[in-house]
Amino acid sequence: MSETIKKFLYVNRKAPYGTIYAQESLEVVLIGAAFDQDVSLAFLDDGVFQLTKGQNTKEIGLKNFSATYRALGDYEVTKLYVEKESLEERGLTLDDLQNIEYEDEDDDYAEKPSIRLVTRAEMADVMADQDVVLSF
Amino acid sequence: MGTLHTVNKSPFQNQTLLSCLAHVKDGDAVLMIEDGVYGATTGTAVSDALAKISADVSLYVLGPDLAARGIDAGRIAEAVNSVDYEGFVDLAATHDRVHNWL
Amino acid sequence: MAYEVNGATIEHDEEGYITTLSEWSKELADIIAAAESVDMGEEHWAVVNFLRDYYEEYQIAPAVRVLIKSIKKSMGPEVGNNKYMYELFPYGPAKQACKIAGLPKPTGCV
Repeated sequence: MSETIKKFLYVNRKAPYGTIYAQESLEVVLIGAAFDQDVSLAFLDDGVFQLTKGQNTKEIGLKNFSATYRALGDYEVTKLYVEKESLEERGLTLDDLQNIEYEDEDDDYAEKPSIRLVTRAEMADVMADQDVVLSF
Repeated sequence: MGTLHTVNKSPFQNQTLLSCLAHVKDGDAVLMIEDGVYGATTGTAVSDALAKISADVSLYVLGPDLAARGIDAGRIAEAVNSVDYEGFVDLAATHDRVHNWL
Repeated sequence: MAYEVNGATIEHDEEGYITTLSEWSKELADIIAAAESVDMGEEHWAVVNFLRDYYEEYQIAPAVRVLIKSIKKSMGPEVGNNKYMYELFPYGPAKQACKIAGLPKPTGCV
């Protein structure tokens, strides 16, 4: 395996259950996490709907994979960038999203928030700072 | 040299092109491919947005996808350059990263 | 293909993972373990229970390194290390333990 650590950004722009994109993206992130790269996730446009709390898929016969975002910290995926304008356009605030935390091993396993609220301009900076961008 | 962004959806079907344009940096390139090429013509709801951004961002459209859809070169906006597959490869090779918007 | 538990038939795939997660029971776990030549002791059960709790909370079976890291944190380094976990489950702590726990194959395993 290459020793060079690359910056990977997974861009999520689709709502969770209408298409398979969101779940596929999450699956790729979990598998890709084995390769010890510097992974970030971006949530913008309808992608912010992936992180809303209170999802219950019982009656649509699909797996509620929203719970899996909370496991990302275990996979050392700890940077989830959420775009402020995308939330606002959809009448959402951070309070409408799940609380997603990771345990910082270097800080006595202190629980820290994984979600980072950024403006559209800051999101553009995040995108421009990557080696690889994978969009879903 | 910046990012090559590709957009493959019609801008009249969803917001992908506009979202892409809202996240580009000066010096980036945007290439419209597949159904994305419908965004490259003049006199549409997205023409103004493209014309405005063309000062800072290079705009391209994939010729074979235009031809496949019967879009005449004369209908392409002035700020948009048509490239063939070889040109697509050159664009990918000369930029630091490729962001394929879906 | 199916397991037989107390007269009930429980379907599994070609690798032995049960197809309907809600059909799992401790009796079934013992039967799957026997088929895998795993003699279930207290620590085997601790791992299986951990996996089931993890799946319940996050809707995925954890990758093996995530499993070992978490076991190390909850049960200490004597259990939560590669060597010991492979002694408990020789065909892979995530793959084999997930099968016994009635969960799907962990994401990322081929």
